[in-house]
Amino acid sequence: MKWDIRKIKEWKFYEHPQGITIPEAGNAHYYPTGSWRSQRPEINWDKCTHCLFCFIYCPDSSIIVKGEKVVGIDLAHCKGCGVCAEECPKQAIEMLKERV
Amino acid sequence: MSKALALTGNGACAFAMRQINPDVVAAYPITPQTTIVEEFSSYVADGLVDTELICVESEHSAMSSCIGASAAGVRVMTATSSQGLALMWEMLYIASGLRLPIVMHNVNRTLSAPINIHCDHSDSMGARDSGWIQIYSENAQEAYDNTIQAVRIAEDPKVRLPVMVLLDGFVISHAIDRVEVIDDEVVKSFIGDFKPIYPLLDWENPVTVGSFDGLYGYFFETKRMQAEVMERAKMVIKKVGNDYGKVSGRSYGFFEAYRLDDAEVGIIVLGSTAGTAKVVVDNLRDKGIPVGLLKLRVFRPFPLVEIVEALNHLKALAVLDRADSIGSFGGPLFTEIRSSLYDLSMRPLVVNYIYGLGGRDIDELQIMKVFSDLQDIQETGQAKKAINYLGVRE
Repeated sequence: MKWDIRKIKEWKFYEHPQGITIPEAGNAHYYPTGSWRSQRPEINWDKCTHCLFCFIYCPDSSIIVKGEKVVGIDLAHCKGCGVCAEECPKQAIEMLKERV
Repeated sequence: MSKALALTGNGACAFAMRQINPDVVAAYPITPQTTIVEEFSSYVADGLVDTELICVESEHSAMSSCIGASAAGVRVMTATSSQGLALMWEMLYIASGLRLPIVMHNVNRTLSAPINIHCDHSDSMGARDSGWIQIYSENAQEAYDNTIQAVRIAEDPKVRLPVMVLLDGFVISHAIDRVEVIDDEVVKSFIGDFKPIYPLLDWENPVTVGSFDGLYGYFFETKRMQAEVMERAKMVIKKVGNDYGKVSGRSYGFFEAYRLDDAEVGIIVLGSTAGTAKVVVDNLRDKGIPVGLLKLRVFRPFPLVEIVEALNHLKALAVLDRADSIGSFGGPLFTEIRSSLYDLSMRPLVVNYIYGLGGRDIDELQIMKVFSDLQDIQETGQAKKAINYLGVRE
């Protein structure tokens, strides 16, 4: 049985992998957690040097990188923890309040 | 083939552990369990096993280490008693919820206060809802036999649940008994190799163990599955008990019915007290009084159908509980046994005797008293008192 997290709510009790193990890596991608966010990171592109500190520190792999350059934030998964803004050596990331 | 040794109950458990040769044992000493791990650690020191023995700082850590090692994908054992089992509490549920086939001895000892190191079943009875299989032993021989069977039961692909092997503190654990052991090679082939399912250390197939349910809501399904697997375990326990008979000459079922088939009144009991009770049953039988005994071995899963079948012909039944459920009505075994008979149209009158708390001795006279009460109940057709305390000063 292949674990497809998008269908988990339809599974009968006997259809789960033994011991509620998740036998597949990387499926957190299918679960958007961005709605938890109360503040949002905003990158000041004039200050960003693409050192990738934010990419390394982000606990949710939400810094989008292409060709070794930061190109944006995955707001579907970013929980707004602010680690990226805290760690940025150029203060290029600002946390803005999300509007309700 | 087999040979007889003079071993304490704990010595017999350690001997079985040596033959099982678990990959990891994480344990913390507590009376009366201590000598199991003490003797086992000498096997480790002498190089007779390949076990990684982890000397942890508490039982909380012992069970946590066992869970980690079992999830990593190896065969794991541990042992505890009383307060130690209590300190493992939250991890007991994690071991069963994650379906980890850990085998643990719990040498039955009561729980404080007052501080008391002697036998009753209040420690393991408290853990009866934790999702562990529980197998009780009457003597050192059964403690040895149950240990070896527990490994096969826990690791069966249809089961994969943790198993607790129970033996009475001091009465069994520290008394030297005649124990017939089977050959190392026979044990080895009986239990087979450990086959991990979803091991954490399989880099090729990464898995997540112990994930948070809150997002997807499969907690209820997990518990429902545990109930299903516990039910399924009955078949496996039965088969393993039969198979064990083929290699040892001693086969096991869910319980032992002792002179029960044609009995009119009977008692049901767990653990070492069954030995004393058998003597009383024999004495009364010699006088022509039709009494019998059911010694329950497997308490979890509860063998409902088989128990009802074994007890339904009795006129009166006494359930002996070596644990109280304070604030309930009677001990844990009593409430379950009486409830299991409820669906019968003709059922025995069932009374409860709570005995032996904190290691209070139970002797033949006390069991004689229970049988004489049962005869009164049989004659009068009514039980004057459902819940009784046996051997307490009152």
